[in-house]
Amino acid sequence: MTDPDLQQSLQQMRPTLLRFAMLQLRNEAAAEDVVQETLLAALEGKSSFSGRSQLKTWAVSILRNKIVDHLRRGSREGSLPQVDEQGDEDFDALFDGTGHWQEAPGDWGDPAKVLEQRGFYEVLELCMKALPENLARVFTMREVLGFETEEICKELKMSSSNCWVVLYRARMRLRECLQLRWFGAR
Amino acid sequence: MKSCKEVHRLVIEGQDRKLGFTERFSLRVHLMLCAACRRFDAQMDLLRQALRRFPGD
Ligand SMILES: [Zn+2]
Repeated sequence: MTDPDLQQSLQQMRPTLLRFAMLQLRNEAAAEDVVQETLLAALEGKSSFSGRSQLKTWAVSILRNKIVDHLRRGSREGSLPQVDEQGDEDFDALFDGTGHWQEAPGDWGDPAKVLEQRGFYEVLELCMKALPENLARVFTMREVLGFETEEICKELKMSSSNCWVVLYRARMRLRECLQLRWFGAR
Repeated sequence: MKSCKEVHRLVIEGQDRKLGFTERFSLRVHLMLCAACRRFDAQMDLLRQALRRFPGD
């Protein structure tokens, strides 16, 4: 890629990167900052790219690191609201008195095919945005940024049991949302 | 045998911590016998694969 190509490609990627950063940071100014830093790093980087998709993978990986740095700084200042560990009643309703599913989970099909379907990621993003902030923060660190669970608990100064509860709720809510807006709607 | 309610919890926790031997064993036995929980397990697996590829294309 030549320099002007690179600049143009990065510019086109900017909205995607920004959405990605917003989802994890939930703060427009902070998201703008990390994306700006990422674009600069990409322009200054001496790596060469054979094409757009390779560049995107690389830009996203720089962005992940920037987001991780940002979250680490934030957690030192201590800003994450703790969740109430009680009150799983919302999910208890999925089961009857003897612990059987009220409504058996549906067949979501072959992941490889589903993930290729047009519009799937828009819906997933919508569902991620609908998560309460404290759940979203922990969950994206775990699944999108790939932290180990113990590392997250430590970084965010949460007890392990609090971590499990948060991750559990996030997964259950996402499942519910995807069922409603994607799998159930088709 | 564990109930579906207990098993769905193990399926999820298994994504975030290492399950003990007894937990893994009872999970596998239940999944062999219960199609509903197998589908739940597959859903969680799909969710993970999707997020690892986020933000998609
Ligand atoms: Zn079951």
